[in-house]
This record gives sequence, C-alpha cells and structure tokens, in this order.
Amino acid sequence: MTDAPRSVFPHRHLLGIEGLSPLDIQALLDLADEQVEVSRQIEKSKSTLRGRTQINLFFEASTRTQSSFEIAGKRLGADVMNMQVGSSSVKKGETLIDTAVTLNAMRPDIIVVRHHAAGAVHLLAQKVDCAVVNAGDGAHEHPTQALLDALTIRRNKGRIEGLTVAICGDILHSRVARSNMILLAAMGARVRLVAPSTLLPPGIARLGFETFTSMEKGLKDADIVMMLRLQRERMNGSFVPSVKEYFRFYGLDQEKLAFAKPDALVMHPGPMNRGVEISSDVADGAQSLIREQVEMGVAVRMAVLEALASHLPNR
Amino acid sequence: MSNQPVLFKNARLIDPARDREERGGVLVRDGLIQAVGPQVSEASDAQVIDCGGQVLAPGLIDMRAFIGEPGGPYRETLKSAGEAAAAGGVTTVVSMPDTSPALDDPAVIDFIVRRARDTSMVNIRPAAALTKGLEGREMVEIGRLREAGAIAFTDGARSVTNAQVMRRALTYAGDFDALIIHHVEDPDLVGQGVMNEGEFASRLGLPGIPREAETVMLERDVRLVRLTGGRYHAAMISCADSAEIMRHAKDRGLPVTCGVSINHLALNENDIGDYRTFLKLSPPLRHEDDRQAVIDALADGTVDVIVSDHNPQDVENKRLPFAEAADGAVGLETLLSAALRLVHSGRLSLPRLLRAMSLRPAEILGLPSGRLSAGAPADLFVFDPDAPYVLDKRHLRSLSKNTPFDEARLEGQVSTTMVGGRVVFRRDTM
Repeated sequence: MTDAPRSVFPHRHLLGIEGLSPLDIQALLDLADEQVEVSRQIEKSKSTLRGRTQINLFFEASTRTQSSFEIAGKRLGADVMNMQVGSSSVKKGETLIDTAVTLNAMRPDIIVVRHHAAGAVHLLAQKVDCAVVNAGDGAHEHPTQALLDALTIRRNKGRIEGLTVAICGDILHSRVARSNMILLAAMGARVRLVAPSTLLPPGIARLGFETFTSMEKGLKDADIVMMLRLQRERMNGSFVPSVKEYFRFYGLDQEKLAFAKPDALVMHPGPMNRGVEISSDVADGAQSLIREQVEMGVAVRMAVLEALASHLPNR
Repeated sequence: MSNQPVLFKNARLIDPARDREERGGVLVRDGLIQAVGPQVSEASDAQVIDCGGQVLAPGLIDMRAFIGEPGGPYRETLKSAGEAAAAGGVTTVVSMPDTSPALDDPAVIDFIVRRARDTSMVNIRPAAALTKGLEGREMVEIGRLREAGAIAFTDGARSVTNAQVMRRALTYAGDFDALIIHHVEDPDLVGQGVMNEGEFASRLGLPGIPREAETVMLERDVRLVRLTGGRYHAAMISCADSAEIMRHAKDRGLPVTCGVSINHLALNENDIGDYRTFLKLSPPLRHEDDRQAVIDALADGTVDVIVSDHNPQDVENKRLPFAEAADGAVGLETLLSAALRLVHSGRLSLPRLLRAMSLRPAEILGLPSGRLSAGAPADLFVFDPDAPYVLDKRHLRSLSKNTPFDEARLEGQVSTTMVGGRVVFRRDTM
C-alpha cells in the first residue's frame, strides 16, 4: 500500500468546520472511509506520519477524544505524546502562549489541542510552526466530532444532503452542536435545534437555523436525532430546573423518538448521562449509532492527520 | 345537587366582556351557564332564585390570597378561606405558595389541588413557587408543576432580586406559556422600612420605604420581559410612577399586566393614623396622590386586576409595635364592598370594576370563567351594590380578623354565590 498523501486539502491547520468548503469536507470524509478499512484490518499501521511527532495537548480532561487521537496518530506511524496539562507548568501560572512557545521549541509536527476557552486553539496556532488540530475549544468548535458524525450519517444514510437532522439539548454550551450545525448546513442537511430556550444561544434563529422548544415538534419527521450531553452543574435550577424535569420534557425516550421518522437514527457524542438526556433503551437500541460514532472517530482523525501531513514542513 | 338546573330570574345582568347590562335571567345546567338574557324561560325542573333586581355577574377571581395550608392552619385553611371567599362573591382564588413547606414541588401542588377540591367551596388554584424554597436562586420545575395544576409561578410575598435568575425563569417559563407573577419590591431598598417614605413616616418616627423599591424592580422586570418575551404579571403596584412604567410597557406591546390591591385603592398612608398595625402592608399604603393615580390607571386599563391580597395574620403577629408587626390584611370578604367605593364615588363604572375582578383575571390566567355567556362555567354571584352595613370583624369567616375595614361603613352585600352550578352561599337576610 502506498502511503503517499494525495490530499487536495488546502489547509495547514484544522481549527474549525467554519472555513472549510463542502469540497474540503467531502475530501476528508472520502479519506476517512479508507481509514475505516485500515482500522478493520489485522495489520492496522500505515507509515504516513513515520518519524513525526504528535503532541496531544489537553487542557481539559477527555478520555475518549484523547485516546482516539492517540490511536489515530499511532496507526499512521507517528510518535504520539500526551501532555497531562493538569500536572504541568500551566498549573504553575505559565500562560497559554508560553506553553505554546515552549512546545514549539521541541519541534513537534502536529499538536492536537483541547482548551476550555473559546478561541484558545486559534491563539496557539498563531504561535507555533507545526500543524494544529482543534480537539475542542470552549463552546466554540469541535471539528473532528462533526466530521465523525457526518461520516457516520453518510455511511448509514448514503448521503447528508436533504436529511433533516434534529440537534437536541444543551446547544448553548456545546461546541459539538456548533461544529455540526455548520457542517450539516454546508452539506445541505436541514438542521433543527431543539432545546429549552435557556439552552438556545440567543439570536441563533437569525443565523438560519430552525429552533424548537418542544421535542414533539422538533423531532417530527427527523432522519437523525443528535442528542447532546447536559453538564451536571446546569441541571439544578440554573438553566434547567432539575434532571427529572429535563428528562420529562427533553430526554430522548422511545415515546419521543416515535415523533421522528420510523427509520430515524440516534446519535450522541458521549459521554452519555443515561436518564438525563437519553434513556438507556434508546441509547442501546436498534436505532442507535452511538457505538459506531466512536469507531468513526478514529477513522476521521486519521484522515485529518493524513490530510494535514501533506502540508508539513520538509516534505 | 349540581345536577338540578338553577334559574336566576329578575336580575340586573352585567357581563364585563360586553361592558353592558340588561334585565333578565341566567339558566344554569350541569355546572355551566346554559342561557343568558331577557328571554331566559323557566325550565320546569329548575330551582328558581329570584334576584329581586339585584346585580348578577360572573364570580370574582382573586389573583392573590395567602392561605395557611399547609403549615399555618390556625391562620387560615382552604376551607375557611373558601367560606370567606364565597361570602365575598369570590368564586376563584389563586393561592400563594408562601406556605410551609413552600409550594415548589409537584407533589405539594397535587396535595393542594386535591385538598382544595375536597374541603373548599370555591375554586382554589395554587400558584407554585418560582424558585425552590422561595429562595430566589434556582427555578422550580415549571413544566412538571404546571402538569400538577399550578396556575402561575411566583415567589409570593418575596421578590426575586437576582436578575439572572429572573431572566432565565422568564425565558424558561415562556416555553411552557407559563405566567410569572412577581412581587415588585426590592428588599434592599425596603431595608428596615415599614411604611411609605415621606413626611408622615417622619412624623411617626418610622423608617420609610421609598417608591423606588417598587419602581426600580418593576422597570428591571419590564426590561427582562423585553429581552425574553416571557409572560409577566406584576402582582401589585402602589404608586403613580409604577403606573407610568406599566403604561409605557404596554404601549410597546410587551406581554405585561399588573394588579393593585384593594387596600391601595381604598386607603392611603394617613389611614395608619395612630400606628394601626392592620394597615401595615407590603407594599406600604402610599400618599393620596399615588392612590388617585393608581385609580386612574385602573380606569384606563393600565392596571388590569384588583386583588384582595388576603393575608391572614393572627393577633400575636399584629398586636405589636408597628415596626415589629407582620405585614398583611384579610380581604376576601370585603373585596367587593371596598371596591364598590370607586363606583359610588363615580370614579369607575360597575361593569369596568367587575371586569378588573373577573374577566381580566380569567384572561390573564387562561380560565374559561369570568364571562356571562352560554358555555362558561356557572361561577356567579348576586349582590346588591347599594346595601349599607358597618363591618364587624367578629363576623368575618376568616380564621384571622386582621381587617383594615373594621367598623367601616361599607356598601354592597353579596346575597348568593354559585360555584360550578352549586349554590355555596346565600345571605339569610335576603
């Protein structure tokens, strides 16, 4: 197998879905389809990133995204290093930019960054010479999640264009929702946002998205129901009165899922709060794609790393 | 009993929805008004009530009453409040959530709904708390409480001082088309105050409450309504500036309404006289100019409803130095006759007055009552608007006797009250 990247992907970093053209997205999804096959072989390793150094710089703890990026990098032959920021110099007061400059001096080829502040990854990208992948910045973007969701949808429905996708739950605080909204709209899906008004970003309807405060109306005739995680600190009277009330009106159970099309598929970026935003029988049911999403995550991240590899210096 | 039809005849019919009156009768069957008008004929099987030319109107709907159940049954029970209401022509009472425990849980609302149905002769519709424990910090389960029977959401006698909490509550309530009722009185500006700030308070040596305690909070709320679009009702306004704020907000088309308590329409700060604690109220009685301005605002529709602000307090809470006494006055039984003062003094027409005590509350609360039309619930009352009497507080049906109108000369007495097609009150002397 020839590992020569033949990417037409014209970007040095992947900082967000915003700024990607439908063609860029298409190219990444096509490339990811191939990576699925690689990951399903016994021999899963490629050499695209051999000799390269990938640093996973996670300012926020995340088991699944970090391990997904780690596996993706390793399957492409990179030397992957996970930076435990919680125990690093950041806790001692080093600024984000100081951290970036320090890391840059170690000459990594790719840095994968997650940060709790929106825009932090963009800032870091300006200060380093290598490729930067956004693994989630605040409530802004989480591009690889949107790409893996799109890949999952495309492989199950055969297309994205023309589908009705209902994104439900804590839209306000969700980077997953934002990246998905942009990607799905760019690819021609009809995007609906379903949430209590306290969890809808103000002014979002003016950006061209249909909003609903009722699951019954929002899920009607939906092809895809995408649930979002509700953070615990937002459940107790601040944004939502209680877990009980949230599940009663916004939790996805069989009864509410029945409002969607009979062949509707259910997605969740994980980790799930069972009994809060989704019931166990739906999460584990026949319409659920949740486990497949995790598999697609590795493939999409391999595709992204491979696409960026073509722009690395010294190639 | 409710199965037997009832015919009211020889009545002066006032339907506030049509703003006119006519002679005639009302036929009631199966708990509903079946026919209204001059030509209502006698059904052979009907019980006949001759109104003797008295007024027949939709029963009064009181959007604000404090009842001691659960937690303070010695002050008032659902049963005793129902008896007082029926004697006052009030057929629906919105009870406040300031109980012990507070009405902030669907199970407690469910309890009140059932207990009121079993023990009270009038409709008692509980308003749930807006925040858990009435603490002003976390919003309640508005959706589940509505399903349990909460008719509105309010922290009762307390204000929600945290604007962020109010903003989110208004936003969230909007999804359920739930009504938020707010007591507009900034507790920080109230401070130690016990009566209206001004020369009279200074003369009595009592700390005052500025009008701004009300207007600052009301103005804030109006702006939050504009931001969120939530349905909002200011429980009671008491001064001219508040009427101005409401007028302006309504002109802008905001979904806002407001009430005024009967006490603020009938009394002013001078009535406190010699430290009469039964006139210690929240908001406090204001200057006569404020009273006049609020009456004007009622007449032009800026103020939507009149409430009794019925707040039973036992003697131990009132027989104290003025500053230490509890706020509140009973009002269910005297609501009508105190309000009729406005009609007798020529400030308001009778249909207009009744509109503020039946139709408007029904519209704001989304109730089918408050109308004198076929198909509406048979919640009715008959009264003589001119019958004079001197109030003797010992005759009040409330368990608490803290009325500001003791020994007052009043006009207007209820002779019959019907709730859901059932006669629940008849005055013997008729």
